[in-house]
Amino acid sequence: MAVEGKTIDALSQFELSPVLGIFGHAVSFSQSNLFMVVAVALTWFLMKATADRGAMVPGRLQALGESAYEFIQGMVRDQVGDEGKKYFPFVFSIFMFVLFGNLLGMLPYAFTFTSHIVVTLTLAAVVWVSVTVIALQRHGTHFFSYFFPEGAPTWLAPIIIPVEIISYLSRMVSLSVRLFANMVAGHVMLKVFATFVVLLGGLGAVGPFVAAMPLAVNVALVGFEFLVAFLQAYVFAILTSIYLHDAVHLH
Amino acid sequence: MRRVMFLAALAAALPTIAIAASSSAVPVQGMPQLAFGHPEQGRLLVGQMVWLLLIFAALYFLMANVALPRVGAVIEGRHARIAADLEAAQAAKAEADAAMAAHRAATEAARAEARAAVTNAVQAAQAESDAKAAALAARLNKQIAEAEAQIDAARAAAMGAIRGVATDTAEALVTRLVGRADRPVVEAAVGRILATSGRA
Repeated sequence: MAVEGKTIDALSQFELSPVLGIFGHAVSFSQSNLFMVVAVALTWFLMKATADRGAMVPGRLQALGESAYEFIQGMVRDQVGDEGKKYFPFVFSIFMFVLFGNLLGMLPYAFTFTSHIVVTLTLAAVVWVSVTVIALQRHGTHFFSYFFPEGAPTWLAPIIIPVEIISYLSRMVSLSVRLFANMVAGHVMLKVFATFVVLLGGLGAVGPFVAAMPLAVNVALVGFEFLVAFLQAYVFAILTSIYLHDAVHLH
Repeated sequence: MRRVMFLAALAAALPTIAIAASSSAVPVQGMPQLAFGHPEQGRLLVGQMVWLLLIFAALYFLMANVALPRVGAVIEGRHARIAADLEAAQAAKAEADAAMAAHRAATEAARAEARAAVTNAVQAAQAESDAKAAALAARLNKQIAEAEAQIDAARAAAMGAIRGVATDTAEALVTRLVGRADRPVVEAAVGRILATSGRA
């Protein structure tokens, strides 16, 4: 699949295809969406198991669920403050969804739905729209003062206001492209080096020895990708928290 | 065991999904993520976005309304329990401290009482012995005074007797020598002699 003729095909892993037979065809339900359902199911089972045990001294599974809860709760409290409490489930859902999306992608044969710009951009848009709606609800038209910092000289307004508006809009782009590019780059690298292993492995007697090098690179890359999976989920969640802070406090 | 079976089933399902996801009839040019113009991929990309919104909404609903409040309650319960235990421990410690202080105060009071009792006893014994000594001294002084008075009286009586005897003797001597004696003159002479000799 990876090697067609002598070319390296690193991109076909991102192709969508309908699953679940006729249903998938009818409603464009792809394997990407199936893995989203798996991510939601895993998150749900983890948190449900955590709540169901509810032990005073948690076991391993309960400790995992509780540490995820307290990690995001602490992040929201530190970034947004006490007013951020009601936005905690939102940030938690974002974090777990992205985290499980990234981690599921590390399983062989699995699909990484966070490697699709449509997905990351939609998530970023959900964050951006939510943050803007929250800001408008809390501050009304006073929210627009966000685009012109207090104390700046008035004659600079024609420059500052467009810059601030563009920077506010580009949050959506930077948030989505960061996650998308990280996941795509990682998975393309894995595929390319895996193809090297196969191509070099076919070079007669020395093949297996030469192929060991890209294999070693791939082992390191897998470890690196696990780091990236956690890091990008963390970055997505903390940027969401920071944007929520701006929405709640306006600077 | 059930968990292992679940994971095994999941692992077996993955290749099935991958095989189902075999490449489409029309080859995809460039990045599949941006193949909006592709007849099949374009439709699936839009579908992916719509399904994402639905699935994420379901996740948010489950987390916000069911899972997270329950997990939060578990964590809150633990914090409350720890706080209550700490409070109980604090109360027990305060109680122990109070008991210790009471014990110390009682010991101190008993010690002070004993000290006072000893002091009182010593003082009482001292006073008693002082009184006895004073009484003895007074009795002795009185006896000494009485004895001195008796001695004085005896001496005065003796002195009186000397005057009488001396007068009688002098009168007898004068009578024998002169033949007669004038009693008052003799008495006066004897008194003068006694006075000069310091015996009067």
